[in-house]
Amino acid sequence: MNLKTEYLGLKIQSPFILSASPIDENINNLKRLEELGIGAVVLHSLFEEQLVDEQFELDYHLTHGTESFAEATSYFPNYDEYKLGPEEYLEHIHKVKNNIKVPVIASLNGSTIGGWTKYAKNMQEAGADALELNIYNIPADFNLTASDIEDAYLKILQEVKSIVNIPVAVKLSPYFTNFANMVKRFDEVGADGFVLFNRFYQPDININTYEVEPKIELSNSAISRIELRWIAILKNKIKANLAATGGIITGQDAFKMILAGANATQIFASIARNGLDYLTIMMREFVQIMEEKGFNNVADVVGIACQKNIPNPSAFERAQYMKALTSYKLHF
Amino acid sequence: MAEKKYITVDGNEAAAYVAYRCSEVIAIYPITPSSNMGEYADEWASKGIKNLWGTVPTVYEMQSEGGAAGAVHGSLQAGALTTTFTASQGLLLKIPNMYKIAGELTPAVFNISARTIATHALSIFGDHSDINAARQTGFAMLAAGSVQEVMDMETIAWASTLRSRIPFLHFFDGFRTSHEVQKIEVLADEIIKEMINDDLVSEHRKRALNPEHPVLRGTAQNPDVFFQNRETINTFYNACPKIVQEEMDKFAKLTGRQYKLFEYVGAPDAEYVIVIMASGADATHATVEYLTKNFGEKVGVLKVHLYRPFSIEHFLNELPKSVKAIAVLDRTKEPGATGEPLYLDVVDAIFKSVQNGTSKFDKVPYVVGGRYGLSSKEFTPAMIKGVFDNLKLPRPKSNFVIGIKDDILNSSLDYDAKFNIESEKVVRALFWGLGSDGTVGANKNSIKIIGENTDNYCQGYFVYDSKKSGSITISHLRFGPEILRTPYQVTHANFVACHQTVFLEKYDVVKNLVEGGVFLLNTPVPVNEVWNSLPKSQQKQIIERKIKVYAIDAQTVAEKSGMGRRINTVMQTCFFAISGVLPKEQAIAEIKKSIIKTYGKKGDKIVQMNLDAVDSTLANLFEVPVPSNVTASWETLPPMAPNTPEFVAKVEGAILGLYGDDLPTSVFPVDGTWPTATTQYEKRNIALTIPVWDEQLCIQCGKCTLVCPHASIRIKSYSPEFLVNVPETFKHVPTRDIEYKGEEYTIQIAPEDCTGCGVCVEACPVVDKKNPSHKALDMQPQPPLRAKENENWEFFLNVPDKDRKQIKITNIRQQQIQRPLFEFSGACAGCGETPYVKLVSQLFGDRTLVANATGCSSIYGGNLPTTPWAVDKNGRGPAWNNSLFEDNAEFGLGMRLAVDKQTEIAKDLLNRLQYQIGVDLVNEILDATQNNEEEIDAQRDRVVKLKEKLKGVSSLDAKRMIDLADYLVKKSVWIIGGDGWAYDIGYGGLDHVLASGKNVNILVLDTEVYSNTGGQMSKSSPIGSISKFAAGGKQTRKKDLGLMAMSYGNVYVASVAVGSNDAQTLKAFVEAEAYDGPSIIIAYSHCIAHGIDMSNPLKNQKALVDSGLWILYRYNPTLAAAEKNPFVLDSKAPKIPVAQYMDMEIRFKMLSKINPTAYKELYKKAQDVTEERYKYFSYLAARENF
Repeated sequence: MNLKTEYLGLKIQSPFILSASPIDENINNLKRLEELGIGAVVLHSLFEEQLVDEQFELDYHLTHGTESFAEATSYFPNYDEYKLGPEEYLEHIHKVKNNIKVPVIASLNGSTIGGWTKYAKNMQEAGADALELNIYNIPADFNLTASDIEDAYLKILQEVKSIVNIPVAVKLSPYFTNFANMVKRFDEVGADGFVLFNRFYQPDININTYEVEPKIELSNSAISRIELRWIAILKNKIKANLAATGGIITGQDAFKMILAGANATQIFASIARNGLDYLTIMMREFVQIMEEKGFNNVADVVGIACQKNIPNPSAFERAQYMKALTSYKLHF
Repeated sequence: MAEKKYITVDGNEAAAYVAYRCSEVIAIYPITPSSNMGEYADEWASKGIKNLWGTVPTVYEMQSEGGAAGAVHGSLQAGALTTTFTASQGLLLKIPNMYKIAGELTPAVFNISARTIATHALSIFGDHSDINAARQTGFAMLAAGSVQEVMDMETIAWASTLRSRIPFLHFFDGFRTSHEVQKIEVLADEIIKEMINDDLVSEHRKRALNPEHPVLRGTAQNPDVFFQNRETINTFYNACPKIVQEEMDKFAKLTGRQYKLFEYVGAPDAEYVIVIMASGADATHATVEYLTKNFGEKVGVLKVHLYRPFSIEHFLNELPKSVKAIAVLDRTKEPGATGEPLYLDVVDAIFKSVQNGTSKFDKVPYVVGGRYGLSSKEFTPAMIKGVFDNLKLPRPKSNFVIGIKDDILNSSLDYDAKFNIESEKVVRALFWGLGSDGTVGANKNSIKIIGENTDNYCQGYFVYDSKKSGSITISHLRFGPEILRTPYQVTHANFVACHQTVFLEKYDVVKNLVEGGVFLLNTPVPVNEVWNSLPKSQQKQIIERKIKVYAIDAQTVAEKSGMGRRINTVMQTCFFAISGVLPKEQAIAEIKKSIIKTYGKKGDKIVQMNLDAVDSTLANLFEVPVPSNVTASWETLPPMAPNTPEFVAKVEGAILGLYGDDLPTSVFPVDGTWPTATTQYEKRNIALTIPVWDEQLCIQCGKCTLVCPHASIRIKSYSPEFLVNVPETFKHVPTRDIEYKGEEYTIQIAPEDCTGCGVCVEACPVVDKKNPSHKALDMQPQPPLRAKENENWEFFLNVPDKDRKQIKITNIRQQQIQRPLFEFSGACAGCGETPYVKLVSQLFGDRTLVANATGCSSIYGGNLPTTPWAVDKNGRGPAWNNSLFEDNAEFGLGMRLAVDKQTEIAKDLLNRLQYQIGVDLVNEILDATQNNEEEIDAQRDRVVKLKEKLKGVSSLDAKRMIDLADYLVKKSVWIIGGDGWAYDIGYGGLDHVLASGKNVNILVLDTEVYSNTGGQMSKSSPIGSISKFAAGGKQTRKKDLGLMAMSYGNVYVASVAVGSNDAQTLKAFVEAEAYDGPSIIIAYSHCIAHGIDMSNPLKNQKALVDSGLWILYRYNPTLAAAEKNPFVLDSKAPKIPVAQYMDMEIRFKMLSKINPTAYKELYKKAQDVTEERYKYFSYLAARENF
């Protein structure tokens, strides 16, 4: 069985890629995943906003209460430098590259154009094989139009592409009025891949304190339908590669995504829940289904069931959604 | 001669700079004002900076100065070049070892930023009482009078000690020199190296203890030989002065700066000479030059550098033969002596020359001695001229004081305070700021800019507040083309900036401006209204002295640039724009460069924010037209509230109004005794916002008042009958507590005493179900509430306190009704220590003696002007004293022994007087139990009766009985201090007191760091935390003081954190006091030194306990006596990882920005240690069969 395939022009030993997550913070985890057959790893995201917040936080605390009282004109030792920029992240890329052979994809969430480009360049220089732009924000400004936002997103990709020469994938949420058009525009600007979809941490309210608490729940297979749809719709209509993320829990889930048109699948919840070695089980399931279907090569499966290829293309489109829901109700 | 290079540094850095380069081992312990020297050394070592021989010195923090001296002695004996830094009490603790080090003729240099020794009061400021207390140890003593001299003398001291084998004590004035920033010529390493003879270093090593060629030192000698042996060192001391002079001459060849053991400046034919050392000598130098140059006066000054060994020969050589009268000025006081030490040396020198017939003088000079400058009292040219004027009198006054008014013995010299020698070429600037607005930092930065970009010499001196919250800073800056010999504050300023409008209400900020000077005001008032916003007297001065006024709304500019309340960059830009120190364009460019340099390491956003502030400043800076008439109708406010008791108003009021220098000796208590309960008159008005109570929403839990650090939010429950003439906005609701049914309940804010920290709001558990942004307490702007709430506060105070007998002290909602007898202290806003101190005062204050270790709690507890320990309506309250840092447990034990002894005598007298008093009353008193308020109150009544009965008895026993009767009422002794005291310097004593079995209560306010001296590591500091001396994160775990105390078995031990479990805290305090034996409460206290949000510190305490890093428990030996497990674990199993808590505090989190690898490793270790410790404590709690 040949699980080897390509994603963003990178040769990967299997279509299973580690999704951006805290797992990579321990390099031993990555080594183990490599042994088990992971195709590539996406590192956790570097958040520009967090770096800025940390600068303000540190500056506040290093000055608060100082030069006020004769006996204590300061409260902390004086250092020549603080690692307030992306240094730690860049060192991490470097270390990961030195420890594993599979492609390493760095993930970036910027908050300013300058930040996006600067850190993207830094990541390339630190040895990243590709970049994943984690374009993530909740547009809550009432005066901002959809086109303002979309244009800003495109500009980010454009600027990053102009400054790096490694492949750049864009990780997106599905919340666009016309997602297909958005992807088309990104594709035209030169996106090398799309990672579908970004899941936001959603808020919850504590009914005792009325405080808003972020909730983090691991995904399950059911939530993967939305990316399945869009991968299938996009496959063969754009130049860029596609990767599915979110809800890839079993080998079957991954197989479906590849059938729909994904070049690779990104996993996290399954191994977060069951341990790194669960990748073996997923791969075994994947191989088994490949064998059952008579495939020897992953590349042969990519996009077989995409919208363009199936006899009933409209099955993937919105109108069908109502029908699906109706049939679901019939079971009761 | 190498190329000259200039730097701007303070005296501490100048000393440490050379000491570090000449040392291999540096043993340290923090004490103001010398702490910074150790901190510099530690910082340089952590950065890998090498000494002259290419090694990074080992910098080691000890548990006390005594410990540091021991380590120095050991290091010297084992052959390393060794130094240490200290001051004041620290030097006293080193004295025993100094005798040894000198007795063994061991080269070493001790660096002392000379500071007052505590007598009737502690003072952190400078004088020579400490170094004079060490002059008999055999150390040579070398004085430096300016920052440049500090660097130079330090080098000369090292060169001389190695040659003479006599250890050197190099000293300079605490704060005045140690903290004064000056532009100086830095000594290149080659120059220092040139001064140090490697052969002498080698000899030092050869004398070291070494098992390869062993010797023995430290013998015990007997009457037969000790004396002779002791006299063998004399030749070394005789040789020393010449050696030092030779080293000074060598230094002069290398640097061009020639020093002498005694350096004479003035008229060659001077008739009047002052002899003086350290910074006072520098001021006298300038004054003498002024008087000789401008008035041809025949005056001079002899500046003493080598104070010990005192070379009579060198001293006499330098004095002009024409001298008729000499004034010797000592910056110390030796009560009972015929004169102060330097005076006696001079008298002795002159007398010997006369006696020997070698006197060179035309006529034997008249020698007088005087004291000046104790505790950094200003010493100015005006005073110096006063001293010369005295010398010119036919019978000059001796044993005088200068700089104060002594109206008890009239020993003070009069002087013309207006006399001024400031050069017109010098820019003299004063800046009034708040600690929190960054004024001092900006001024230090301006000095660097000017120092580095012009040929000007620069000087900066910074005067801080005695309070830790809302503190005022006054910066004194000078810039000029010549060396600035001006070690005194700016009183003739040509530029004054007032960085906070509120100062106009309280202080005459333009007082020190000269004619034609510039006044810059930060004010939110529009430019056309600025003039009218100035008080009457200040308008008058501005008109009369033709002062130019500029204004800017710096707050708005700063906020728009994202800098919040830090207006430093804005005001700094204004200073450069209008002071003319540098051309404006160049100045702005330099500020920007400096911003990039200073803030670059803090990240580009911080840099950008400051650059934006600079750019927005000039457009918002306006000149204010000055009319020809005074238009204001208001005047600066008196410093204290109306109806203040006379002494408080006269003395403390003057200190508050910054007129303390004008108070004469006669107004002061003679023995350090000071009234308590005077913070209430201060009315600081520093809160921007204060809590507002929603009486309908409140559940009356008492949590807000419990955590209030300043006792500025209070509760009363009272009979409705007191609600007469109630102010319009006074709030009250029926008391919910069923036991107080029918009463009314009020939570009242003291609006002018609150610091606005907001911790009460954080503690408030009640959120409005219909409006989650509203709680039963909300912070709202203070100014509109001030007047009404003041009225309410006054009314509230007049509502009677609840009878203590009706209060269940184990129930927070009732206990918090107890009146705090510790209020409105100078602690930081949001302080984590004071709620515990206040709790003691509420629970037991009316019968408590407090022994308070030096540290934060002694400063906010006893730093003038006002005193926070208070009294109840009967005039009872805690009686408080601070002895030292190291002896506090013993000090408190002494109190207990005295109380117990006097109780015993009183009981004995009762028996002896039983027939005069009445057997029944005597038996009632003797048999009384005093386990609760009711019983104590009953005993108080009996004692009143007893005193009544004794009135008719005239025997000596009866008189003694009256003196001692109060001891029949139970007294509570509290020993309070921080972790620096309990874990480190005072641990030996603490341990002994724990072992004593005596009934004392020890409260350890555990901030896990030396807070008062600015965040140095203690043995309480937790693993992974960053502090000074643990710049790479503390590698070892926190000492388990509680576990050590428990090992005695008969000690009550509790570990509490009020923000996590207030009920457990209260229980522990009550149990500890009730236990008839030693008790120790280790109370977690969040601190500004942790790098936390001080308005929400309780969440940190919760997370701390939830993580298991702090375990709540109580160990009560009385349970063991009842065959129960004495150990009660009050913490649940850890429920969050320690990392989650640690990342909430900069003291831990910063490590990720310094050394990410260490951050991860230490966090892991912290987790392991926490789990292991919790397991052990769980085991202790699970034990059975007692």
